[in-house]
Amino acid sequence: MEIDFPLLSLLVVAPAVGAVLVALVPKGNDALARALGVGTTLVAAVLSIGVLVAFEGADAGFQLTERYTWIEDFGIAWNLGVDGISLFLVVLTGLLFPVAVIGVRPHHDPRAYLAWLLLLEAGCLGVFVALDLFLFFVMFEIVLVPMYFLIGGWGYGERVYAALKFFLFTMLGSAFMLVGILALAFLHQRATGVLTFDLVTIAEADGAIAQTTARWLFLAFAVAFAVKVPVFPLHTWLPDAHTEAPTAGSVILAGVMLKLGTYGFLRFGLYLFPEAATYFAPLLVTLGVIGIIYGAVVAAMQRDLKRLVAYSSVAHLGFIILGTFAFTTQGLQGGVIQMVNHGISTGALFLLVGMISERRHTREIAKLGGLQKAAPLLAGVFTVVMLSSVGLPGLNGFVGEFLILIGSFPTRRWWTVVATAGVILAALYLLWAYQRVFHGAPEGDNAAMPDMTRRELAVMAPLLAAIVFLGVYPKPVLERIEPAVDRLIAHVEERSDFTQPEVAATGRGEQP
Amino acid sequence: MLSAVWLIPALPLLGFIVLLAWGRKLGEPAAGWLATLMVAGSFVAGLVTLVGLLGEDQHHRQFAFTVFEWLPVGGLSVDMGLLVDPLSITMVLFVTGVGSLIHLYSIGYMHGDPRFHTFFVYLNLFAFSMLMLVLGDNLLITFLGWEGVGACSYLLVSFWFERNSAAVAGKKAFVTNRVGDWGFMVAMFLTFASLGTLTYAGEGGVLENVGSLSETTALAIALLLFVGAAGKSAQLPLYVWLPDAMEGPTPVSALIHAATMVTSGVYLMARMNPLLDVAGEALTVIAIVGAATAFFAATCAVAQRDIKKVLAYSTISQLGYMFLAVGVGAYVAAIFHMITHAFFKALLFLGAGSVIHGMHDEQDMRRMGALRKLMPVTAATFIVGWLAIAGVPPFSGFWSKDEILAAAWDFSPLLWFVGVVTALLTAYYMSRQVFLVFYGQPRWKEAGAGESTGQALAEADHEPAAATHAPSTPHESPPLMTVPLVVLAVLAAVGGVLNLPEVYTLEHFLEPVFEDRLHALGITGWMQITLAGITGIGAIVGILVARAIYLRHTQPAERFEPELLRRAWRFDEALAAFFDGPGRAFSSFASRVFDGRVIDGAVNGVATLVREGGSRLRVTQTGYIRNYALGMAAGAVLLLGFFALRTGLV
Repeated sequence: MEIDFPLLSLLVVAPAVGAVLVALVPKGNDALARALGVGTTLVAAVLSIGVLVAFEGADAGFQLTERYTWIEDFGIAWNLGVDGISLFLVVLTGLLFPVAVIGVRPHHDPRAYLAWLLLLEAGCLGVFVALDLFLFFVMFEIVLVPMYFLIGGWGYGERVYAALKFFLFTMLGSAFMLVGILALAFLHQRATGVLTFDLVTIAEADGAIAQTTARWLFLAFAVAFAVKVPVFPLHTWLPDAHTEAPTAGSVILAGVMLKLGTYGFLRFGLYLFPEAATYFAPLLVTLGVIGIIYGAVVAAMQRDLKRLVAYSSVAHLGFIILGTFAFTTQGLQGGVIQMVNHGISTGALFLLVGMISERRHTREIAKLGGLQKAAPLLAGVFTVVMLSSVGLPGLNGFVGEFLILIGSFPTRRWWTVVATAGVILAALYLLWAYQRVFHGAPEGDNAAMPDMTRRELAVMAPLLAAIVFLGVYPKPVLERIEPAVDRLIAHVEERSDFTQPEVAATGRGEQP
Repeated sequence: MLSAVWLIPALPLLGFIVLLAWGRKLGEPAAGWLATLMVAGSFVAGLVTLVGLLGEDQHHRQFAFTVFEWLPVGGLSVDMGLLVDPLSITMVLFVTGVGSLIHLYSIGYMHGDPRFHTFFVYLNLFAFSMLMLVLGDNLLITFLGWEGVGACSYLLVSFWFERNSAAVAGKKAFVTNRVGDWGFMVAMFLTFASLGTLTYAGEGGVLENVGSLSETTALAIALLLFVGAAGKSAQLPLYVWLPDAMEGPTPVSALIHAATMVTSGVYLMARMNPLLDVAGEALTVIAIVGAATAFFAATCAVAQRDIKKVLAYSTISQLGYMFLAVGVGAYVAAIFHMITHAFFKALLFLGAGSVIHGMHDEQDMRRMGALRKLMPVTAATFIVGWLAIAGVPPFSGFWSKDEILAAAWDFSPLLWFVGVVTALLTAYYMSRQVFLVFYGQPRWKEAGAGESTGQALAEADHEPAAATHAPSTPHESPPLMTVPLVVLAVLAAVGGVLNLPEVYTLEHFLEPVFEDRLHALGITGWMQITLAGITGIGAIVGILVARAIYLRHTQPAERFEPELLRRAWRFDEALAAFFDGPGRAFSSFASRVFDGRVIDGAVNGVATLVREGGSRLRVTQTGYIRNYALGMAAGAVLLLGFFALRTGLV
């Protein structure tokens, strides 16, 4: 629906304003800072639900669009909008931040901590709604700064190393993307005479960019996104950053920030460079499948529980890459919903691991054991989240994984066959970890570990509800994603010699 | 009346939700009764549905009910839908019938367990999943149930999680099943890619359209589905999880690992029978794997000492018979044997549970003996189960096994021969078990036992062995446990009437599901009787040999219990050694050497290189992020300027 209300702007600006307000709270008044912080994330959550309500399900294009000129000379605009691909990422971000803020209290300096988190939220939301390349880049970079300080300031162990590694890795990718964005805008200008950074204008301008150039530009973008996802072999910043980050940081890092990469591939990679995307698809699909298997194998061997969960992201994100570059309705939709699902499940896993390490002051699997006896409720919640992450049908994780795999099979048969083996490995590393951490007879400190509190359960409850709801009745989500995904596939088909297999589009069989 | 079908899965689901929320408050025994009532209610709903189905014309007994759309995505459309036909309703009835008896028994068996209500939470969730598996109207709903029962099996096998062996066994069951599920999933992908649907029935359904598949595709789908079936139904080489799964409470072994879940693979094959028909050599593969598994597991069963391990290998072996039946096209015989097996194997497991209960958690048969006087009901019902599985007429197992073997003879006398030898072994190992547990000398009076065989132990009561179990007199179990035993014993005794030769009630009922794909027996009446006679003689020989060894002690028993067989041909050990050895070494290499040193090493190496190379430019390098950020912003401005100049903007 068209509303005369800058909903998206408000959504992006509100957390930023909240961040400033929190920073201005006088020192020592931590309670006020916390109330402001929690309040702001709740306001953003309500606004993100507002976006969901205002969203027209059947409309494939961008909705709730806003456009204000920013730097006129360069054609840069504050240009926002959502479609089916970004909608649920916005909602996920809106809902995951309050969970992270309410669920985890920092050990020191709550003011600065909350201010950085709120700035991070503004940046993440900005990335998902930006329709201007330059604005997107700014948002994409903004998120680095708060995350750097969150890891470096409130993290564990090797936090400075991890923070720097995270920053430099991502920065390296971004440098390529910046060059790509600038080149794209100027090349577009040379062809059409208009300098603009407007995503839709550039993407829909056929023939402005030569094929070879488009391939190079695609690679420039792809490096930035591949680092962010992360795609094997650019993943080694992830285990360090996730492990040393404070719990809330890990939740947001895994839940929202990794999606910046996969979302970038969909929104910019496929949309701006459809031909190049099909050209490089075999490479990316191969790296995605390697990530699925490799991430799982490496996860299995981790001694640190948090690091294990971190590596599981490499495997899960590999599925999303596979689905994205399968170019079928099921593959792409599976990829989009898997982004949401991974955010929920892995976010929940990091919260649970955080609860354990807060209580036991260790995350080393060998030092834990028998926790189910001491903390049956925590163990029960962990079991549900674990089964969701393993991809048990009826829970959310399965919906994404299954759609990705069944959608990839028609176009990427053998990759899919290998990727499906990742489902076995996921069961192996998670159940093995569960067995070592929760099963057995507890001894010493493990036997005395307190169970989940009511507050913690209340924080987990919305995540558990989402896990079950999305697993049992994903239809309302799927039908809002579909028009945008189909539009994107049609866009790719028009501009490349790729055609989606008949069976994926219509269900009419064809003989292999 | 057909619309009552939705109640069948809904009741256990309701029970699960109620128990999850208020199970602790309900406590013992109310939580158990609620769970039992829900499954019994499903059984009644199943009967009502059956009556509705019988009221329809015999060849139009197929009804699909859509509850809601589950995954509508592009060309893929998967409904949360139920399919009522003779096959699904047959499965429903025996699953809920045997299931409610086992629920009832569990109230007695789990008495006093601190997590009593949790047990019934899982049990009702299992019943729901199992019913979705058999009622699903498409492959994906079947898969939903398939994985659901797997998860419940995981939760229930590791129910006593404080015991490390139980925890390991639960994990192993789930992961091994997942290997099979890989096959199931790829089979679904291939089915969808070729036919554009996963729905079983109807005009556009899979079953109606398998004829349009190429033989290679059909073969691939069939074999991939069979990989899934082999995992769930514990066939070679994926059987390894089932013996370990005996770590779960005994009612779980009876319900999940004998009567219901492990037969899912057979159900899947029966459901997909039109596919198998066009899938070339798939049936032959299934028949051979089934026969090989039947024989292999029977050889393992003869040397087991644990009362439940004998039954576990026996279950694997009997499941092998069912796949043999599927492979030779005797689908009805497979389902028939599935049902009679559910009766007698559930009976045997529950009987074993009663013995374990009465013996205060003793499972080693070498410390049993002469229990028939102390546990008369358990003994009498167990003996009925023994006669049924041994194939003694007129007990149920005789009829169903005989049907399978007759069809196997038609297909290949070699497969028949393997089946007969297995039948002999079956009679032998079950007799051994009955004699060791219920007859002979009472060996539980001794202080304990060392590592010697039961025979040696019986003679060595003067030796002071390590006393691990305080001797106390075994006792009969409470009525809550013995009543289900009696009901199952009656079913195991007379279950054969379901499909007696010449009458074939079950076959007529199931005929529309299989149509002309059902194997028609080519042998004449006399030949059939001769074959049955040979099987019967085999059974008697088995019993007599066991009697000579374990009752008469004509030979030292350990000679007949070689270690190789007790350790199941060391197959599982070799597998474990492989995964623990090279498998772990590889993973360790990948994670510590490759990821840590090669990939991350390269990253850090580049960083070091840059740092050292940059030391000459130290003036500009302050190490502060903000300076780098500033540098980057400056670079961006320069780039912008560059492009602006080149494009003539400025």
